[in-house]
Amino acid sequence: MIADLAMGWPILSVTTFLPLVGAVLILLTRGEGEAVEQNIRRIALITTVVTFLVSLLMWAGFDNGTAAFQFEEKTAWIGDTITYHMGVDGISVLFVILTTFLMPLAILASEVITKRVKEYMVAFLVLETLMIGVFCALDLVLFYLFFEAGLIPMFLIIGIWGGARRIYATFKFFLYTLLGSLLMLLAIIAIYLTAGTTDVAVLLNYNFPVDMQYWLWLAFFASFAVKVPMWPVHTWLPDAHVEAPTAGSVILAGVLLKMGGYGFIRFSLPMFPEASVYFTPMMFALSVVAIIYTSLVALVQEDMKKLIAYSSVAHMGFITLGTFSFTEQGLQGAIIQMISHGIVSGALFLCVGVVYDRLHTREIARYGGLVNRMPVYAFVFMLFTMATVGLPGTSGFVGEFLIMVGTFKASTLATFLAATGLILGAAYSLYLYRRVVFGELVHADLQDMEDLNWREKLTFIPLMVTALWIGIYPTYFTAATDASVQNLITQAQAKMAANAAAAADAPAPEGAEQGASH
Amino acid sequence: MIAAIVFLPLLGAVIAGFFGRLLGDRGAQIVTSSLLVVSAVLSWITFFGVTGHEGGAYKIHLMTWVLSGALEVDWALRVDTLTAVMLVVVTSVSSLVHIYSAGYMSEDPHIPRFQAYLSLFTFAMLMLVTADNFLQVFFGWEGVGLASYLLIGFWYKKPSANAAAIKAFVVNRVGDFGFALGIFAIFLVFGSLSFDSVFGAAGEQAGKSFEFLGYDVDILTTICLLLFVGCMGKSAQLGLHTWLPDAMEGPTPVSALIHAATMVTAGVFLVARCSPLFEYAPVALEVVTVIGASTAFFAATVGLVQNDIKRVIAYSTCSQLGYMFFAAGVGAYEAAIFHLFTHAFFKALLFLGAGSVIHAMHHEQDMRNMGGTWKYIKFTYAMMWIGNLALAGVPFFAGFYSKDMIIEVAYSAHSGVGNYAFTLGVLAAALTAFYSWRLLFMTFHGEKRWAGHGHDDHHAHGHDDHGHDHGHGHTPHESPLVMTIPLALLAVGAIFSGFFFYDSFVGEHREAFWGGAIFVGAANEVIEHAHHVPGWVKLAPLVATVLGIAIAFWFYILKPRLPVALAKTHKELYAFLLNKWYFDELYNLIFIRGAFLIGRLFWKGGDGRIIDGFGPNGISARVLDVARRAVKLQSGYLYHYAFVMLIGVAALVSWYIYRMGVTP
Repeated sequence: MIADLAMGWPILSVTTFLPLVGAVLILLTRGEGEAVEQNIRRIALITTVVTFLVSLLMWAGFDNGTAAFQFEEKTAWIGDTITYHMGVDGISVLFVILTTFLMPLAILASEVITKRVKEYMVAFLVLETLMIGVFCALDLVLFYLFFEAGLIPMFLIIGIWGGARRIYATFKFFLYTLLGSLLMLLAIIAIYLTAGTTDVAVLLNYNFPVDMQYWLWLAFFASFAVKVPMWPVHTWLPDAHVEAPTAGSVILAGVLLKMGGYGFIRFSLPMFPEASVYFTPMMFALSVVAIIYTSLVALVQEDMKKLIAYSSVAHMGFITLGTFSFTEQGLQGAIIQMISHGIVSGALFLCVGVVYDRLHTREIARYGGLVNRMPVYAFVFMLFTMATVGLPGTSGFVGEFLIMVGTFKASTLATFLAATGLILGAAYSLYLYRRVVFGELVHADLQDMEDLNWREKLTFIPLMVTALWIGIYPTYFTAATDASVQNLITQAQAKMAANAAAAADAPAPEGAEQGASH
Repeated sequence: MIAAIVFLPLLGAVIAGFFGRLLGDRGAQIVTSSLLVVSAVLSWITFFGVTGHEGGAYKIHLMTWVLSGALEVDWALRVDTLTAVMLVVVTSVSSLVHIYSAGYMSEDPHIPRFQAYLSLFTFAMLMLVTADNFLQVFFGWEGVGLASYLLIGFWYKKPSANAAAIKAFVVNRVGDFGFALGIFAIFLVFGSLSFDSVFGAAGEQAGKSFEFLGYDVDILTTICLLLFVGCMGKSAQLGLHTWLPDAMEGPTPVSALIHAATMVTAGVFLVARCSPLFEYAPVALEVVTVIGASTAFFAATVGLVQNDIKRVIAYSTCSQLGYMFFAAGVGAYEAAIFHLFTHAFFKALLFLGAGSVIHAMHHEQDMRNMGGTWKYIKFTYAMMWIGNLALAGVPFFAGFYSKDMIIEVAYSAHSGVGNYAFTLGVLAAALTAFYSWRLLFMTFHGEKRWAGHGHDDHHAHGHDDHGHDHGHGHTPHESPLVMTIPLALLAVGAIFSGFFFYDSFVGEHREAFWGGAIFVGAANEVIEHAHHVPGWVKLAPLVATVLGIAIAFWFYILKPRLPVALAKTHKELYAFLLNKWYFDELYNLIFIRGAFLIGRLFWKGGDGRIIDGFGPNGISARVLDVARRAVKLQSGYLYHYAFVMLIGVAALVSWYIYRMGVTP
């Protein structure tokens, strides 16, 4: 019944470009002053909420039973070959929902912004369009456009509304990502020259020559690894987070980081399966290093946001680990972990934002004993701390657990090392919590700290509900990804088997066997 | 019914946690306690319904939890004899502790929060013992860890309590790390995590090997050892025990419930639950025996010299858990669970009794500041006697039946590790008796060393000074009924639980009682043999106990200066024991300082100097100068330019690719 409502109209394009409509409306507002700003905020909030509702309608119409792309739209765009092709499947649908879900909360958390409200909201709404576009695009050129253009609003958000060292942070951010994107652009051109199309749906079934796969894989890797970010190209993230305004951090951690992981699952694995298997040991090594290295670094941080940023890198290490385990559990775990991390780290950045708005410092040593003044805040913060620690019953557990179950099949060593993240994660998270929330109220200026107001509570409640929902009944979410993930694995294996058979003189099938026995 | 048993405490936790302010202190206490009492009554009904006859076991399916490919895990509740025993232990002790807390915590400003945590703990523990698959055990396992963390750090203003809470969580995570790997290995090997499928297929995997961390190792031995690492963490066994004594920072009812009677026994429960796996992994069982016996002995030696009344009992718990493990290690899982069962009553009694002493002494925990109190708190004094008699295994008290059984099974294992466990078990029995009576004598007898009495003199002005500080009278006072009634009920358990249940747990009726809940291999007849050990073996623990009591009497009643003199002449040994074999110092040096050092090195050196130094900073340093000027120039219109940039990028790329498409 409700599902039928999603059919018969370009629902993905509407979801994608609705925020842009809101942005235009905001641009059309005239005048200055409180009332106008309030109006702008209201337009932004309504736009994002409506977008969320439309995306929910899309999800309601989504068929879990098929691996095919759904809600497809395809029109000629540039020449005969480059098309405007949109569609979602089990791998991308949750990311669309995650994006539209987080945006209204980010807008709510932006109440404290008083500088250039108009431009701020426009930047966020444009960003939303670009982010949704990334997850819906089914043409490489279209994907690339959304993917790269998404940088610009974020670049501005940090550069204009950021903290003291915002210029340094934005350029670091820009430099890293630029390098990766140029290589990916070259790869896209090469793919086009080889396969004669940039249509993703076609390319997923195209079998690239094995020796070409390595180069293409590396080029995509350069772009995705920076976005994830993987060790050692992660150092832009702590700086970007520290300088970004709260809502910027929420979206950065919540959605932008997921583009890299999504890219690996959407493109690298199915299009270049042999190369993916070939590079698996490297991916495992980088992931494990990321988990241990950045967890230890997180332990010694003195800045709250930096600590959470480093913990993000560690969590993303789990995601790349699960992705390259090439197992159903590992891949589903990676997707769930990305959704979970989007919610939990977004919430943690909001938690930092709450106290930052009151005291204007992120230095951990300036806090302590907040529970005395802010019990509700202490509860919320505790819940998300436990979710980030991966306590069973919260979303953080399901993702990590599935990832490690899957990876254990591929490599016991990698799993063993990654599992130390369980210990280190508990250490740095609880250590942070203790220093901020527990203890006596020693600093005089903390005496007047107000507990969460209704707006902040309203922001946190959906996040808490979702974090617990995924933790207790993740099947609701994994069911959506099931068919597509299964299809991805069987398709990739079929391709590798075909290539192995074609290379008749090769003694044994390189690839799947090698990866599995590692 | 089973669902009610498990979820009523959760309901209580939610009500007290979220509506505590509405309910008030008294309301929160009444709601949580009465829900727990209902749960306990239902548990006893379940216990008598399930145990003793075949086919009493059942399970109910709640809903799907995780579903991914071949991995299928449900939320389900399983009831068999083993579960029923744990249900009874957990809900009985928990309900008494809930009630007792109404008295003990009466001056605390956060009563609803406390009651909510207690109930939350009980819920998690019940989920653990009713689990039907390994993942749900893990849920309960970490859930009790969370509750333990919250309760140890309940007095969040105390830095020591916060540190202890983190330590408990993190050390337990080290154990959980092993447990988690065990679960992954189980899924890899068996393709399932549900008990029935895994245990049913265990026999087929016996003797087979697989690749783990690059080595070719026996499957079941590896899995059992990994699971046991988890048990070591939760049950504070040697190596991962360091968190338990520190956990005494929490309020005393917590120590009684979580750190004595229930949570810390989860490891023993898990080994018993996994008996179908362990029975096929003899090497793992040997490790369990050695670790258990060593812990029993180690913790008892440390217990000899501790001065904090709660820490003595904490080390005693650690030691008794060691007994349970080596019983399981020699294959007598029933004996292990029997001791778990009796121990829950008398150890909770001892802790709550100690709580009553602490309450009477106005939150004084150092036994050096007690003494001569028995006249003021006669009831508590009697309760502590009963607890100690049961702990030391004096005939006809609960511990006598269960602990002697354990020592006998160790002997009748007739193996190297069995003899090791037997010897250390008997030695530890003597040490147990010594520290128990040392505790009694230091607390209740001898000269009055508490404030108001000074140390040797009775200066009135000392009394006044302290009187002002605390605003309390100083004469110890007996606790209110709400505290003493739970003590009396636990005392009943401490006296009769051994005698009454001996036949069912480990005696003639054991097979009917367990109804297949514990798997024992065909060749495993260790319990049968234990009933026919030579007389001296049966007598050995009793002699050791009497000896221990006698020495304690000599040291602390007859010659009270002797211990001090001994500590002086054997300074190294005394310091070694007092500092708990220097485990904490060692761990602190290696792991904590090490982690912080490496973390700082990676941060400043790795990220700062190497990655950033050679990467972006080198480049951006140059870019920055240009950029600063550029940003200044465009400041107001930056976003306009950005959109031009966006469109520019789009146009450029489109044109480029379009041309590529047309020309070739």
